Amino acid sequence: MKLLSTITSLFVDGISYGMVLFLISVGLTVTLGVMRVANLAHCGFAMIGGYAAYALMGSLGLAFVVALPVATVLVAVLGFILERTLYRWVYATSQLGQILMTIGLTFVMVASVNLAFGSATHALTIPSWLQGTWQESSFTLSRYRAFIILLGLCIGICLWALLKFTVFGAKLRASVDNPRMARSVGVNVPNIFAVTFAAGCGLAALGGVVGTPLLPLEPYYALRLLVPVLMVVAVGGLGSPIGSLGAGLLLGVVDTFGRYYIPAGGAFVIYFTVVIALLLRPQGLFARA
Amino acid sequence: MSKDSSPQQSNFVTNFSRHRLSWLDVLPFALIAGLFFVAGSYLPLITQIMIMSVFALSLDLILGYAGVETLGHAALFGAGAYGAGIFALRASPDPMLGLVVAGLAGTTVAAITGPVVLRARGITLVMLTLAVATMLLELANSVQWLTGGADGLYGFQPSPLFGKFPFELDGRTAYWYAAMVLLIVFVVCKVVVNSPFGLTIRGIRENRVRMRLLGVPVLRRLVTMYIISGFLAGVAGGLSAQITQLVALDSFSFVLSGNVLIMLVLGGAGSLNGAFLGAALFVAVSDRAAAVSPFHWLFALGIGLILVVRYAPSGLVRLLAPHGSR
Amino acid sequence: MPQEPLLRLDDVSKNFGALNVSRNVSLTLDKGARQALIGPNGAGKTTLINLISGVLHPTSGRIHMSAVDVTRVSAEERVRLGLVRTFQINSLFPKLTVAENVALGVSAHARADWRPWGEMCRQAGILEATETILVSTGLAPYAGVEVAKLAYGQQRLVEIALALALKPKILLLDEPAAGLSGAEREALLALLFKLPQSLAVLIIEHDMSLVFRLAQKITVLVEGTILVEGTVDEVRNNPQVRDVYLGHRAHG
Repeated sequence: MKLLSTITSLFVDGISYGMVLFLISVGLTVTLGVMRVANLAHCGFAMIGGYAAYALMGSLGLAFVVALPVATVLVAVLGFILERTLYRWVYATSQLGQILMTIGLTFVMVASVNLAFGSATHALTIPSWLQGTWQESSFTLSRYRAFIILLGLCIGICLWALLKFTVFGAKLRASVDNPRMARSVGVNVPNIFAVTFAAGCGLAALGGVVGTPLLPLEPYYALRLLVPVLMVVAVGGLGSPIGSLGAGLLLGVVDTFGRYYIPAGGAFVIYFTVVIALLLRPQGLFARA
Repeated sequence: MSKDSSPQQSNFVTNFSRHRLSWLDVLPFALIAGLFFVAGSYLPLITQIMIMSVFALSLDLILGYAGVETLGHAALFGAGAYGAGIFALRASPDPMLGLVVAGLAGTTVAAITGPVVLRARGITLVMLTLAVATMLLELANSVQWLTGGADGLYGFQPSPLFGKFPFELDGRTAYWYAAMVLLIVFVVCKVVVNSPFGLTIRGIRENRVRMRLLGVPVLRRLVTMYIISGFLAGVAGGLSAQITQLVALDSFSFVLSGNVLIMLVLGGAGSLNGAFLGAALFVAVSDRAAAVSPFHWLFALGIGLILVVRYAPSGLVRLLAPHGSR
Repeated sequence: MPQEPLLRLDDVSKNFGALNVSRNVSLTLDKGARQALIGPNGAGKTTLINLISGVLHPTSGRIHMSAVDVTRVSAEERVRLGLVRTFQINSLFPKLTVAENVALGVSAHARADWRPWGEMCRQAGILEATETILVSTGLAPYAGVEVAKLAYGQQRLVEIALALALKPKILLLDEPAAGLSGAEREALLALLFKLPQSLAVLIIEHDMSLVFRLAQKITVLVEGTILVEGTVDEVRNNPQVRDVYLGHRAHG
């Protein structure tokens, strides 16, 4: 039973980590899929979201449940503004140029956050009703982890419903599949993209806020998270939100199990997994054929 | 320089890119020789520029010429640094031998990861290069008995160069050592880019699909270039390890990969000369600025990157020599 | 005894699911052939060229090159066997000079492209071959110009020069005159007339005047299958062909 409870516990940890990765990555995969823009500053928005919530809770005394949506919206607005301004330049340049510009933006974000909050690590204080665990025989389930998983599922379902049942969703899917065609049937692709970009930044911020117990805030957060997020996007398939959910969960679970069972080299399990996955299916495990 | 006999041939030959010797090639070495006598306490800084120039040249081969956008070139540098450090601590302090080991370490990493990574394109490729470097960093962190873990390797000193010139604190031997290595590396790069292989690689950069239809095994050529680049990047790492007598985890860091990329793009990729210009500018400025305030420097660097890509995307060297070709 | 043709298609068909794009196409190309493939849009000409060059594999039927069965052979391998095609949309090396573009072809064909030493500019054999091709295609004055900076018409000529650099036995030209002005068309035609006699040429074209002046044999493709095959006069005077072209008013 001990083994089963350990495995369950690891599983829960892995899935909750995976959910955070999903929330942060989903915006990036859609950005990459729709406009083919290499936006390496994406994790910076997650970081800013986390720090924004920290500031809101700290200086304004807002509760966690209030700070969460406020930070999300703030970052979404920031994303919208940047998309309309700086990212015009980003679109106009080559892939290498996009990489460099967005890295430059990330540097600005990292430096700004450090100048404002210092280089110490921060984590948000979880409200008391989310703390603690549920006990059932020898199984313990962290409440906060459960919260993350539920939140991730809700967001995932909402996104799915949005894409499947709304007009906006249809337009977005069209823009991902065939932007030129979409434009010619009257879809305002640039507008769709601006809104999507902003939403993606907002979701990243959401992930950043919610994930601080697993991924604490510090100035280099934006760069540290780049590799895992890019792996989720690549394995999930560019442009596929479902893909980033699947890939996020897969990589989250694999990473958690790997680090636990192989103390020496556990961190590498995730890299091997990614390499194998991409060798088997270079366009992403969950990408549409 | 062409030594073709017939005047028609030597005329025709000029239709190929101007990758021959020009004043831009000689200038850095003239400066290196001249500055030695006036640099005084700046010798270590110029030595650092030379080390980064070697690193940037290795990146130019794979990025500027082959068109492979890598954000993880530090993986090869770090392999060389640790290779040289471990070799110096456990086998022999001989510097030249250590450099060869460093180069081979870089080659090994390139040979193993190249065939996997170079299959990918676009953002997946970028991610894989990042992942390899991160992976090696974590590896170095965990294999503490070999790499010193987070503390790194230290306490080794290269034995006198050629048996005669000891590496003193004044840095004079180190200066000429680095200059010598830089010259050799530069000549190797020149030979490679001017060869038929060099032309093939540029063709792959320009139009990979067509190259395949010319019957060229594209992946094999790319891996070969990656291996050459890996050797040179390893040499840069080894040079750094031997001269600073310290190897730490940051040899594999994203910051280092990003820095060398910025150096090359700033100077101008695809011409070899840009590597010198970018390295010199970047190291000189960052050295001053980071000493003042690292995060202000990061901020300025970020803004600077955005502006350079917007207004001088081919790099600054194109402003000096606008008709250099790619 | 008749010599084995350089290229032979036997009853080649290509289906994409339920869509029959090519149906029972049989075709031969002999040494020195100057054959044109014409037909209205959607007739399947590009698909046929893709089948011949190996980009697509046929659903049924066989393709032989000089009695060697190449039906399942890859496109790259067919290039090595001497089958080279040009593209309707230029596929060149934009930032390299014209001379470098052609030299790449020569170097690749000579299996010399792998050597990381030996200055390119001293490879006398490659240089000579490159210069010869540039002179024969009229591109010598532009040898040092970046391809991206050339006029469209000259780029089309580089496309052909690159193909010639591979010393093809069979040359497939996919709409070489597309987008060319009158003078450029004349230059192209002059080039086509000067092609080596032993070379077998199959050209897809919509420009009828060019086709009628160049071709010895014309194959008319309609709805994926061959309607008529014959000499210029035979095809010109064929009432079915007139129907297809006058009835549909297809444009190039």
